[in-house]
Amino acid sequence: MGRAKLPRKSTAVDMTAMCDVAFLLLAFFILTTKFKPEEAITVVTPNSVSAKPAEEKDFVIVTIDATGKVFLSMDDEEKKEYIANSLNQTKNLGLDVNAFKKASFFGTPFSSLKSYLALEDNQRKGALLPGIPIDTVKGNNEMIEWMQLIATAYQGLKLRNLYVKGDNNSKYPSFEAVIEAFKKNDFMKFQMITNPEAVPVGSEYFKLKDQGGNIEE
Amino acid sequence: MAEMDTSSGGGKHKKGPGVKKGKKLSTRVDLTPMVDLGFLLITFFIFTTTMSHPTAMNLYLPKDTDKPEEQNKAKESGALTLLLGKDNNIFYYEGILAPDASNFKSSNFGVGEDGIRNVLLRKKATTNADDLVVVIKPTKECTYKNVVDILDEMKINVIKRYALVKIFDIENELVAKSEVATN
Repeated sequence: MGRAKLPRKSTAVDMTAMCDVAFLLLAFFILTTKFKPEEAITVVTPNSVSAKPAEEKDFVIVTIDATGKVFLSMDDEEKKEYIANSLNQTKNLGLDVNAFKKASFFGTPFSSLKSYLALEDNQRKGALLPGIPIDTVKGNNEMIEWMQLIATAYQGLKLRNLYVKGDNNSKYPSFEAVIEAFKKNDFMKFQMITNPEAVPVGSEYFKLKDQGGNIEE
Repeated sequence: MAEMDTSSGGGKHKKGPGVKKGKKLSTRVDLTPMVDLGFLLITFFIFTTTMSHPTAMNLYLPKDTDKPEEQNKAKESGALTLLLGKDNNIFYYEGILAPDASNFKSSNFGVGEDGIRNVLLRKKATTNADDLVVVIKPTKECTYKNVVDILDEMKINVIKRYALVKIFDIENELVAKSEVATN
C-alpha cells in the first residue's frame, strides 16, 4: 500500500561474452572440418555392420556406379608411373606419364586414355566418361589388363588395400566382371566399401560382440 | 534525475531551427541474434565434419576352378543355397535342388518369419557347425546392394563358411519362372 516499489533492475544480459564463445567454437570447427574430396563419380554405397575403417592412403579402388560403369583410382604415384611406362611400351599409347601420375581416377578404354589425360581436371566428370570396358560377352574385359598392370606394379609388395566401391543400384554383371578380373590376376582377397551400420540388437553377431568376441577376418 | 530523457514526448520541444529529430536513439545493440547465428553455423560444421568414415567389408573369393565338383564338396545336408533375383527377391533351397524343384522356396530381405535372417538362423540351429555352408548365387538381375546385404547377413548371423559362386542355368530358369509367377 504505502510500500515503496522495489527498484526495477534491467534483466537484459550482456551477450558479448556468449558471442565470443560461439565464434571461437565456430572457428575451431571450421579449422578441423575435413571436407570430403570432390568426387567426380557419385556412388551411394550400401550399409554393412562391418566396423573396419577403410584406409585413406595406399589404396586401389574400383568404383562401380549406378549405371554399371567401372572406374579405377589409385593413389601411389610410383606405381602409376610404372603402369604408364609399361602401357607406353606394350601398347604404344604415347601417354603423358606425368598427367597419368596426377590423374585421380581412370574411366575410359585404353584407346581413349590419351585424350582423357589431355582433359582438364574439372572436365573429367564420371557421368560423361564411358567407364572401363568390362564386356565379358564380347571378351573385352579391360579390367583384367588393368589388374594385371597393377599386379606387376606391386610385384613383391602386398597390395593390402584393394577396394570395390559399388553403388546400391548397380547390377550384378558389372560386379561379376570386376571379380573375374581380380580372380584372373590372383587377387583373391578384397574389401568392399560400405557405410557403417549398427549391429541388429539380439542377433548372433550382437551377442558375440557383447561377449567381447569378434569375427577376425 | 540522472536518467536520460529518451521519450518521444521530449521531441516536442524544438531544439533549434530546422532540427526535426529530437529523439535520442540508444547505441546498445542486442547481441542475442548474433549468438543464434553463431550457434547455427557451429551446428552446421559439426554435422558436416565427417564423423563416420566409410568402412570396409572383407570378401574372400574361392580359388576359381570352374569345375562344379568344388561346389559339391560341401556336404549336402549342411548346404544352403541362396539365389538372388531381381527386385530384392531371394530364393533358396537346402542341399541339392530336387528334380521337381520341390525344395525351392522363396524369401525376402525382411526380418519376418520367412525373412532370410530367420531362414539362416533356422538352418544354423539344425546343422552341425562344421557342415554348414551357405552358397550364394546372384543372378544377372540382382543389384550390388543385394549381394552386400547378403554378405552382411553372413556376418550378422556369424556364418563362417560361405561362398559367392556362379549360378547354374537350371537355377536361373527356375528363378525367372518363379519371378514371373509371383508378379
